[in-house]
Amino acid sequence: MHRRTLAELAAGLRKKEFSSVELTRHYLERIERGQPALNAFVTITREQALAAAEAADRELAAGRGGPLTGVPIVHKDIFCTQGVLTTCASRMLSNFVSPYDATVVAKLKAAGTVMLGKANMDEFAMGSSNETSWYGPVRNPWNPELVPGGSSGGSAAAVAARLAPAATATDTGGSIRQPAALCGVTGIKPTYGRVSRYGMIAFASSLDQGGVITVSAEDAALVLGAMAGFDPQDSTSVDTPVPDYTATLNDSVEGLKIGLLKEFFDKGLDPENEQRVREALAVYERLGARLQEVSLPNLPLSVPTYYVVAPAECSSNLARYDGVRFGYRCENPRDLMDLYKRTRGEGFGAEVKRRIMTGTYVLSAGYYDAYYLKAQKVRQLIARDFERAFQEVDVLIGPTTPTPAFALGAKTSDPITMYLNDIYTIGANLAGLPAISIPCGFVRGLPVGLQIVGRHFAEAKILNVAHVYQRETDWHLRVPPGWA
Amino acid sequence: MEWETVIGLEIHAQLSTKSKIFSGSSTAYGAAPNVQANLVDLGYPGVLPVLNREAVRMAVKFGLAIDAKIARHSVFARKNYFYPDLPKGYQISQYELPIVADGSLEIVLDDGTRKRIGITRAHLEEDAGKSIHEGLPGVTGIDLNRAGTPLIEIVSEPDMRSAKEAVAYMKKVHTLVRYLEICDGNMQEGSFRCDANVSVRPKGSDRFGTRTEIKNLNSFRFVEKAINYEVARQIDILESGGKVVQETRLYDPDRGETRSMRTKEEANDYRYFPDPDLLPLVLDDAFIDEVRASLPELPDQKAARFSEQYGLSAYDAGVLTASRELADYYEEVVRRVPGEPKLAANWVMVELAAALNRDGVEITESRVSAGRLAGLLNRIVDNTISGKIAKEVFEAMWTSGRDADTIIEEKGLRQITDTAAIEKAIDEVLAANPKQLAEYRAGKDKLFGFFVGQVMKATKGKANPAQLNELLKKKLQG
Amino acid sequence: MSLTREQIESIAHLARLELNVTEIPVYQESLSRILDFVGELERADTSGIEPMSHPLPGLSQRLRPDVVTEEDRRELYQANAPRVEAGLYIVPKVIE
Repeated sequence: MHRRTLAELAAGLRKKEFSSVELTRHYLERIERGQPALNAFVTITREQALAAAEAADRELAAGRGGPLTGVPIVHKDIFCTQGVLTTCASRMLSNFVSPYDATVVAKLKAAGTVMLGKANMDEFAMGSSNETSWYGPVRNPWNPELVPGGSSGGSAAAVAARLAPAATATDTGGSIRQPAALCGVTGIKPTYGRVSRYGMIAFASSLDQGGVITVSAEDAALVLGAMAGFDPQDSTSVDTPVPDYTATLNDSVEGLKIGLLKEFFDKGLDPENEQRVREALAVYERLGARLQEVSLPNLPLSVPTYYVVAPAECSSNLARYDGVRFGYRCENPRDLMDLYKRTRGEGFGAEVKRRIMTGTYVLSAGYYDAYYLKAQKVRQLIARDFERAFQEVDVLIGPTTPTPAFALGAKTSDPITMYLNDIYTIGANLAGLPAISIPCGFVRGLPVGLQIVGRHFAEAKILNVAHVYQRETDWHLRVPPGWA
Repeated sequence: MEWETVIGLEIHAQLSTKSKIFSGSSTAYGAAPNVQANLVDLGYPGVLPVLNREAVRMAVKFGLAIDAKIARHSVFARKNYFYPDLPKGYQISQYELPIVADGSLEIVLDDGTRKRIGITRAHLEEDAGKSIHEGLPGVTGIDLNRAGTPLIEIVSEPDMRSAKEAVAYMKKVHTLVRYLEICDGNMQEGSFRCDANVSVRPKGSDRFGTRTEIKNLNSFRFVEKAINYEVARQIDILESGGKVVQETRLYDPDRGETRSMRTKEEANDYRYFPDPDLLPLVLDDAFIDEVRASLPELPDQKAARFSEQYGLSAYDAGVLTASRELADYYEEVVRRVPGEPKLAANWVMVELAAALNRDGVEITESRVSAGRLAGLLNRIVDNTISGKIAKEVFEAMWTSGRDADTIIEEKGLRQITDTAAIEKAIDEVLAANPKQLAEYRAGKDKLFGFFVGQVMKATKGKANPAQLNELLKKKLQG
Repeated sequence: MSLTREQIESIAHLARLELNVTEIPVYQESLSRILDFVGELERADTSGIEPMSHPLPGLSQRLRPDVVTEEDRRELYQANAPRVEAGLYIVPKVIE
């Protein structure tokens, strides 16, 4: 069963080829076997999953339910789940049971999905290798010595190893697309404001966006359709209707204007990785799309811009973790200052502390203009660059990452090297644009991703562009050895 | 050396919305701890703020009432600092682009002159929770019911030159927010409180001295006392060659002094930045016009109208418009006692005010309603009773809760206007006091009062005074 | 840009983070490098450019009606609290 895509599983449930309980049991068994090797989960919600599956089966038996009823799914542990441990992979929230569901979780619950568990991740989504988790690193199913990418490493690894047909994820600077690329799966980050952030634990509020990791673009279209939409509880949620993303998947790409970002094909890009991207572009050309080089002159500044804006927002967003109302509290605080400092010093990991301090510094008196305000202005320049490019082309296509997955521990000692992993993905976050990563082949036996960026709210378009490629290729259906 | 005091006030007024500024929790006062603190108020992971429309309307209302600029585009910012009563580790406030800027109010000084006090800005923000120390040995308890209650912080220019002026300004703002029905003004419950920035400088200097900020003053009396104490303290320091330290101070009402707040001593670096969870607040003309149309008659306008329409002095008009409720009371009395606005003003300002003050009740809880007071005044106007008797009737009304006519009838206080009856009383008095009568007729005019007193005594005060005067004069002349 | 030990200590204090003696030099080094790295932004000509604090231009804040929608759920919410007495969140004594 697990070799099927989510769309196929949903069809199978509907045709009663198998029940949701059977499907759920199957995935739970795979998770339990896979967990020691991959560490993709923080929590496995076996009992709740089976109960939800039974309920879904009753719905299906009664001829009710929607396209996702009975489909198992995993939630990144950044989404609050009522009555279930919600840790954000941090010691700080290692005892935190959320009293409410995130909007995304509630919507997918209402759509009839069955939660299998909570996926491991980088602590508070800060990382590109899933090595900053309090619960230990997640391993790449293609090679356990390698990282799965991050921060949604658990989500990507779980889907790649077919421990779940889909996993929710979040993307602040590439946290959906980069692990999707490194694990050989499909991952979409929608337009900022398309998916509610309510109940999605904040890292950097003006950049965070929820999305999903699946096997195929078609699967992503199905799940995103159920996740997206206006939420009155999120002031930054946008009140525009959600189209049926599956309806336009097969639209022709003939005449589609594809922009190749000059800045994406730079010296940092692994030549073999570049080769895979060029081959994918050739597929589009064959299908009648037109390629055109475009330049976003300010894009090279996206990583420095991001590493001012994101830490600034994070330093403030994470101030609520103070050991007073929930979460970790240090032992025997001497006084209030000691309570604060030790709770936060002990409760946060090294990378989170680094970003809090960076953010505190760039917002502090005397540095605000030089760093924070400057970065907000450069962000504007980058957004305008994208706007100009989209006057000429329909989508932008390029690599998702400069290289395939790297070894565990290879980049932990040097934050800058780690940060540069997100060099191709950060731009879409800064400009709030939708982007998807799909598998486009292998480099030295490891999957790499093709990134498609669209205009604001053009999720249907990028899913369409991704899907027509997946009709022509089977990279997305490859399963890591040992997980077939 | 002669010193000049410079004062600016930051007034925090809680807006009387039903729900909080960014959540659907109730703002009602007095609930058990933390039962009105929801996930947003508690700063739970993942939650987000959504702005209360009514809070925005109220801020705009205030802005229009002080003739300020209403920002078409304002921005919420985060003020970052750690404190246990601040759940998110930041307060959502407005910083660079407040909703209201550049307004003013006029205060009246003791000598009757008017002074304009500039209002730099008024911005929307959320209140913090409360720290509770009582009954918790060695620890502090945090109640977050108040966290997220909408506030407007009204920041004045440093335009005040004495504690009295500061109090006059604060009272003026207090009156205004209650007129506008945007704040209940309850200072004991902390709905209306202020921080005072105080400095002194040599008279004539155009540079400001080093200021201190006195936090959380929640009564007019404390404002006056705290400022006066602080001014004296600063002058003492400067005159003995010292330097005033810029710091935050707390007023201790029990000891009548201000003291340094140690916890807030460290230099704060609030790291303000635009709140990414909230979008810019954009107000169009339609929104502002709709609020403008809902503005009531403001205190100054009402006072001017009272002077004009009722012929009251500026002072009386000012007193009677000090609150919307008092002004409404007065106007109801006037409506029911046509043509006697001054009589009504005197009664409201003297007898009624004294009774209210004596029993410590508000005008809205007055034991004599405007209708009842009017009933009493109408008996003066139609000569049923004299003004003096009316005071007696008023006291009986206040204590018994009954109306004037009932009391007049029961106690038989109806004035004697029957000429024959008065003449009879006069004749008896004259007959009983032959010696005095002789003296009077010999030129001792002063004795007129004696005869009036005797007749009043004989009639138990009920003789109509004007008639009595006239008849007595005639009889005395013989 | 090279941050001093004192600067790291003061940032950590502002952020209420206890750092041990071995952590300080690590952050000194990495934060200095990060600041050098983001210092690249200086190169950009941003004269006349409005700062961008939100990725979707032209949107404005939505207003919600003034309605009380919440009920008392203190017990549930305080189940996560490290220490509670009489409905209050308890912290070490706050000295004012």
